[in-house]
Amino acid sequence: MLGALIIVFREVLEAGLIVGIVMAATKDLPGRGHWIMLGVGGGIAGAAVVALFAERISEAFEGSGQELLNATVLGAAVVMLMWHNAWMARHGREMAAEMKAVGRAVTDGTRPMTALAVVVGLAVLREGSEIVLFLYGIVATGTSAVSLFTGGLLGIAGGAALSALMYCGLVALPTRHVFSVITVLIALLAAGMAAQAMQYLDAAGLIDVLGQRVWDSSRYLPQDGIVGRLLHTLVGYTDRPTELQLLAYVATLLAMALLTWIAAPRPARAAAV
Amino acid sequence: MMGPAAALAVLALVACGGAARAQDLAVTIKDHKFQPTELRVPSKKRFTVYVINDDPTPEEFESTSMKIEKIIAGKSKGVVRIGPLDPGRYEFFGDFNQATAQGIMIAE
Repeated sequence: MLGALIIVFREVLEAGLIVGIVMAATKDLPGRGHWIMLGVGGGIAGAAVVALFAERISEAFEGSGQELLNATVLGAAVVMLMWHNAWMARHGREMAAEMKAVGRAVTDGTRPMTALAVVVGLAVLREGSEIVLFLYGIVATGTSAVSLFTGGLLGIAGGAALSALMYCGLVALPTRHVFSVITVLIALLAAGMAAQAMQYLDAAGLIDVLGQRVWDSSRYLPQDGIVGRLLHTLVGYTDRPTELQLLAYVATLLAMALLTWIAAPRPARAAAV
Repeated sequence: MMGPAAALAVLALVACGGAARAQDLAVTIKDHKFQPTELRVPSKKRFTVYVINDDPTPEEFESTSMKIEKIIAGKSKGVVRIGPLDPGRYEFFGDFNQATAQGIMIAE
């Protein structure tokens, strides 16, 4: 039971942290519940499909189908997060100003919500397919299924509770800080995903450059420990990053900053126009 | 004149043999256990390991130190590309059955 609890807890928490950040980012957007539910629902459906075709996905592209799928999912999420941050840089301030002017926010709010719903969906898909496969294994084996299912359910509850705790912490921040904190969190989240995508492309044999390890901090902060895992999901911490991963991480942060800077409305330009 | 040629031929044979052996690295999962549990692998270069899952249930072939996470469906085979590794010992495990599925690769 403990094994099931730990695995399910871990996967739910990893997806839950991302959902939590997205929910905090969209706290004041009307209709966000609808979009988040759509993302979670789509993610679960996608996870079931991925689990169902696990064998065929794995065999595709000379045995690299799974890695390529993961890299694609992560890449798509990075693009969506970049889009969201750029959008928020442009419209965030006016939205905060007219928070109560619901009419405008509804139409404007739809656009980043689709992007974020996709991010939620992809996160749930990635972690969920593992849970589905794991639970399927339990059912197939048939041994003490009840206790394992209890473990699974407890894992879901625990993961969701911890994610909810982080969400509450985020939204409890003073309103004027929430926006910048979440922007930074999303940038780090995207950078971590980009670095992870590089690892999958490397594992797929698609790229074979800059594979040298930059550092090894596994003895001080192992990535498979609780803190290491949390940091891995949130800010992309890796205890043995390759040069390519580090490059992807920094490049994503720079691209994010540049995009946000370009998108941000400047008073001078606004006055000229 | 035949000496160096023969030596070269032997060398080529040895090299090919070595390459073929490196390509044939495989681990089989049976009853949630790895077979073999200890695998000698080359260091400082990339190599491929075939993971054959003989169990009807899926397994995740995972290693923290080698950065591998690969789900292998029941009764199927997965290809895992690894390395280059520094010489040393690298543990791997089946994430869905950690109690029994444990193994180690020795890079040399």
